[in-house]
Formats: sequence, C-alpha cells, structure tokens
Amino acid sequence: MSARTLFDKVWEQHEVTRREDGTTLLYIDRHFLHEGSFHAFAALQMAQRTVRRPDATFACADHYVPTQNQRKGLEGIENAEIRNMVRLLHEHTDRFGIRRFGLQDPGQGIVHVVGPEQGLTQPGLTIVCGDSHTSTHGAFGALAFGIGASEVAHVLATQCLWQIRPKTLQILAEGQLSPGVTSKDLILYVIHRIGAAGAVGHSIEFAGSTIENLSMEARMTLCNMAIEAGGRAGMIAPDDKTFEYLKGRPFAPHGDAWDAAVSHWRSLSTDPGARFDRQARIDASDVAPMVTWGTSPEDAAPIDGTVPDPRSLEAPDRKARFERVLDYMGLEPNRPLEGLPVDRVFIGSCTNSRIEDLRVVAQIVDGHQARIPAWVVPGSLEVQRQAEAEGLHEVFMRANLEWRDPGCSMCLGINGDTIAPFERCASTSNRNFEGRQGKLGRTHLMSPAMAAVAAITGELTDIRKKA
Amino acid sequence: MLEKFVTIDEIAVPLELQDVDTDRIIPARFLRKPRTVGYGQFMFYDLRFDDDGQPRSEFPLNRDVYRGARILVADVNFGCGSSREGAVWALSDTTHPDSSAGFRCIIAPSFGDIFYNNCTNNGVLPVRLGPADCATLRRQLEEAPGARLQVDLPKQVVRGPDGRQYSFDIDPFRKQRLLEGQDEISLTMTHQAAIEAFESRRRSVVPWLTPDGEASS
Repeated sequence: MSARTLFDKVWEQHEVTRREDGTTLLYIDRHFLHEGSFHAFAALQMAQRTVRRPDATFACADHYVPTQNQRKGLEGIENAEIRNMVRLLHEHTDRFGIRRFGLQDPGQGIVHVVGPEQGLTQPGLTIVCGDSHTSTHGAFGALAFGIGASEVAHVLATQCLWQIRPKTLQILAEGQLSPGVTSKDLILYVIHRIGAAGAVGHSIEFAGSTIENLSMEARMTLCNMAIEAGGRAGMIAPDDKTFEYLKGRPFAPHGDAWDAAVSHWRSLSTDPGARFDRQARIDASDVAPMVTWGTSPEDAAPIDGTVPDPRSLEAPDRKARFERVLDYMGLEPNRPLEGLPVDRVFIGSCTNSRIEDLRVVAQIVDGHQARIPAWVVPGSLEVQRQAEAEGLHEVFMRANLEWRDPGCSMCLGINGDTIAPFERCASTSNRNFEGRQGKLGRTHLMSPAMAAVAAITGELTDIRKKA
Repeated sequence: MLEKFVTIDEIAVPLELQDVDTDRIIPARFLRKPRTVGYGQFMFYDLRFDDDGQPRSEFPLNRDVYRGARILVADVNFGCGSSREGAVWALSDTTHPDSSAGFRCIIAPSFGDIFYNNCTNNGVLPVRLGPADCATLRRQLEEAPGARLQVDLPKQVVRGPDGRQYSFDIDPFRKQRLLEGQDEISLTMTHQAAIEAFESRRRSVVPWLTPDGEASS
C-alpha cells in the first residue's frame, strides 16, 4: 500500500460507503453536543426520529452557563431565555439517555476542554460537534470538525455524515519557539501567513520538531484555531505525550485494552514519503509574540510591529477593508501596537483556558496588581479544581484578577458576559470579529502570557521585556 | 422536504464586504430564539440597523432598489467562522415579513466550509465564481440596481445582466439533493445495512470505544 497521511488513514477507516462521484458516508465515533444543539433536537423530533447511538453522544453545558455562582444551578440563571437554553439541554439529554456534563456535574466545562479531559477524545476517532472549534480534538490525531444543526440532526439519527474528502495541507514547523512565544503565537502567525481562507477545503496536519516539542495543551490551542485559517480540521500525529495525557482518564481504555489501543494509535502517523496536496514551512525562530489589530484573525502582527497603513495597499478592495477595520477598531495607521491602552482582559475560551494556560498567567501576575478589569475563566470544573489545589486562584485574587466559573463566557458573550461598546479587550479567545465579544467591542487576540502582562500594565506589552 | 432548486431568475444585491463571518450574518444573541420566530428579522442585524434600531439607509439590503432580491453577490470567504446554521436560516427565511431576506442563492469567490454545507442542507445554492467575475457582477448590480441574474443549476451557469455566462462547479451529490429537495436523513437511512455492518467491523478494531460505564469520575 502506498504511503498515507494521518488524515488518509483516519478517513479511510471510517468509510461506510462511497458513491460513484466520490461522496463518502463517513462514520462518526463521538458526537459532542452543547446547548445550541436544541435546534437539532427540534428538527429530530419534528421528523419523529430518535438518537441512533446515545452511548456515542456526550453533551456539555458551556455556551450559556453563568460564570458566577454556577453552584446555584438552573435557578441561578436570571435571564429566562438563557436559563431555557440550559434547561433544554438537560431535558433532551435525559429524554434520549445521553451522558451529560451539565450544570452542577463535576465534569462540566467547555466541550473542547472536557472531551480530552475525560479521555473521550482519542487518536484515530472521528469526532463532530455543532461548533466550529471542534478542530481542537485533532491535537490527539482525531479527525474532528464542526458541523451545522442539520448535520447534528443527521448524526443523531444515523451516526454518519455525507462528506466530500477534503484536500490535505501539511504545515511543517521546525525549530524552537523563542522565550515568551507560545503555540497561540504560532497559530496566529500561520493564519496571518496563509490567510483566514488559506486552508478552506483542506484538512491541516501540523508536523515537525516545533510541534513535537509542544505539550498537549499547546497542541490543542494550535488545532483549535485551524478553523480560523479556514481549515476543515487540524491534526497532529499521536505520540508518547498524547498517550501519557490520556492514560488513566475516565473514558480512556484500561488494562489490556490500553495496550491494544496504544498499538493501534501508533499505526496512525503519516508514513514517510506520504504526499500532501499542499505544504507550508514555518521556521519557529521567525515567530514573535503576536497580537491582532483588526477584525479577522489574519489581521495579526508581532507585538513590536505597527498598525498597518491602508495607504500602503495597492488593491482598492483590500484598502477599503483595512480602512473600515481600523475605523471599527479605533486605531490610527502606523501606530506601534506596544503601548496601546486596553480596557479589560479576558483569559479563557476553548483556545486558552486549560491548566497550563492558567499556570503561565499566575506566574506573570504574581506579586503585581491588575490595572484594568481582568477575568480568568477556567475551561472546566476540573481545571478550576486543579487551579485551586495549586493555589493559583489565590494568586489571581491577590493580583485583583476575577476568578470565575467555567464556560465559554466572553469569547462570544451569549451567556451575557459581554464587553461594552468601544471597549478594547486583550483576549485569549479565538475570534476578533466585529461584535463578537459584544456589540461594537474591540478585540485583540493574544496568548495567555501576553494577556496577563497587559492586565498589569493596562496596555499591549511585549512579554519578552517583562518576563 | 426542501424547496427544489432548479433555475431562478431574480433580483440580485451586491455586498462589498470581505470575510463576512457568521457572527455578522446573525449576532450570537439571537441564536437562543426558536427558528419559528422567523430568523430573517435578525439577518445582518448590526449592519442593517443603527443603535436606535433604525435601518441604515446606506446598507444595500435596506435600499428599495434591491427590494425582493433573492440572490446575494458577495466577496471572499463569505460565511467564515462559527458553524451556526442560524446564519443560513436568517439569509433564507421567507416566513418573517421582512422583504430583504429570502435568499435562494449566494455567489462568492469562496465560502467557509461549514457555511457552504449549511447552505445546501437548507436548499440554498452557494455558487463559487472567480474573484474578478464576482467583482464584475457586483459592479453591474451597483450600476443598474434591480438588475436580475439567472442561475441555472442543471446547466451550472449564471447569466449576468449583460447576458454573459459564467459556469460554476458543484459536486454531483449536492447538486442532486438541491435539484430534488431531497431529505438527507431519509437517503442515509437507505444505507442502514451498510451502517450496521460497519459498526460491527468497527467494534472489533476499537473495542474499547464502547463505554464501560463512567469509571472513576
């Protein structure tokens, strides 16, 4: 058999049937749900269908849950519409016998944090969820991608999806990241280089020595934002770090099954000489701490750079876009990014809310005082418990950072955690779209380290000068 | 059953914006509404209305000359970002008394992958044309507001206001489903035996996937 990529292997192991035109009925191993899945349940019930594999379906309450006083449960949610979203998830999962990491469950948290944490996310699986950041799970060598509500209903009913095989793109990163530079900076750099539509129609594999040296948490951050380059999925070959992370987790295989699983997982890596449709090479030493200045994740620059000048652009459509973006962001062309005053800080989201992220933040803010409102929202109750066991919450509180309960929170604000119009937010989330964090809000994406240092200086700050 | 898409001849509206994400097509705060309220009222909400809820007269979809448009001609990376299908429900809604929604076809140089799938799952045809061709069409629609485009799915051709023809690609599977308004779940159900056979093979490859309870948590 010819040399195959990680993607090829996982794809081919899930083909139920293939039509003459190449469209494939792909089997789905794990299906994750959240409150937004109520639309799919509505469609399912209207068509009088049922859930084919409740045992392969798992639900998290994350998008709409409050990040304060979560212990009060449903009754603690004041807004009736928001409360109803969480209630519907509880009702639907009860009705169909689906395991729920719901409000007040000790495993509750953001679906893309909980999946790996519970050991549900494993190498070689197909994983879908009605959320574009499902690409996160690819960090384990799974083929994981976001789907719409009709597709959620389709997977609930059939455990399959009709798919056209995407092309493959290998992003090969070699060398060591400089001090102060993280996988968040690496992915912002990649998106800036290839563009927000640069990987449309492609499944990305991240490979090379830079990737091999990343922790699982850092790999998750990388794959999480594959979608921000337009990628259908982002994958990393499983290795000893992956197995180490999974071992002993509740849904990971145990005993003899563990050895069988590891042996299967080891066979998934891309074969030497396997061909990708496209390839991009990154030299890790070129990557600086990055911040975004615009309203697309591709609008990123090194912290020691400047806001671009639309006048320097030739293409009239690009020029018009830049002008519009700078107007929305309230930025003057050519001003240095460093020193730009920010109004608040958000540390959290499925991109950067894991224990490793929080440890970095604690290390930076320890002994300092935040000058601006700054939130730390852990990715799950498990992360929250671990952080508290390590005393990180005390560091945060001493530094005047607000330590909150887990959820998607201010990444997209649908639980009510929004920023005010014209507020400028240093955020560890994944999207700086217009209005994403709140109507007319201004988002600058960056790493947890950069967000933490911004909290104590009150402005965009080069972590390399503070570390 | 979805409305079948065969050939349409409709007013088209140009939208001169790149990288339109689904947050802009429907802000997240509306996603908790049941679809039955009519998502058309939320379409491009923060672009269409000012802070007082008054329509912004300059936004193309608010202009009378484009009233009744059923085709949208957009720019690169349309529908990027979040997987929310509400974006397509808003664009295609005909139930709400809001004449600016109800799109059946969106033409752009490129689309977000998930948005593209969401379109075809709702009987909306996404057409990929080259960036220069999209720019030409947008300019013509701007210069002659109210002009119509013809979109012929069987022949995979768009006819511009000047009669020029642009051919486009679409995979046979989605094309067939759009032409027939076919329900995908019913189609998949006809493969029941293949799914069951796959499941039994899969269990022997990854036996540990069948959960052995909630273990220690």
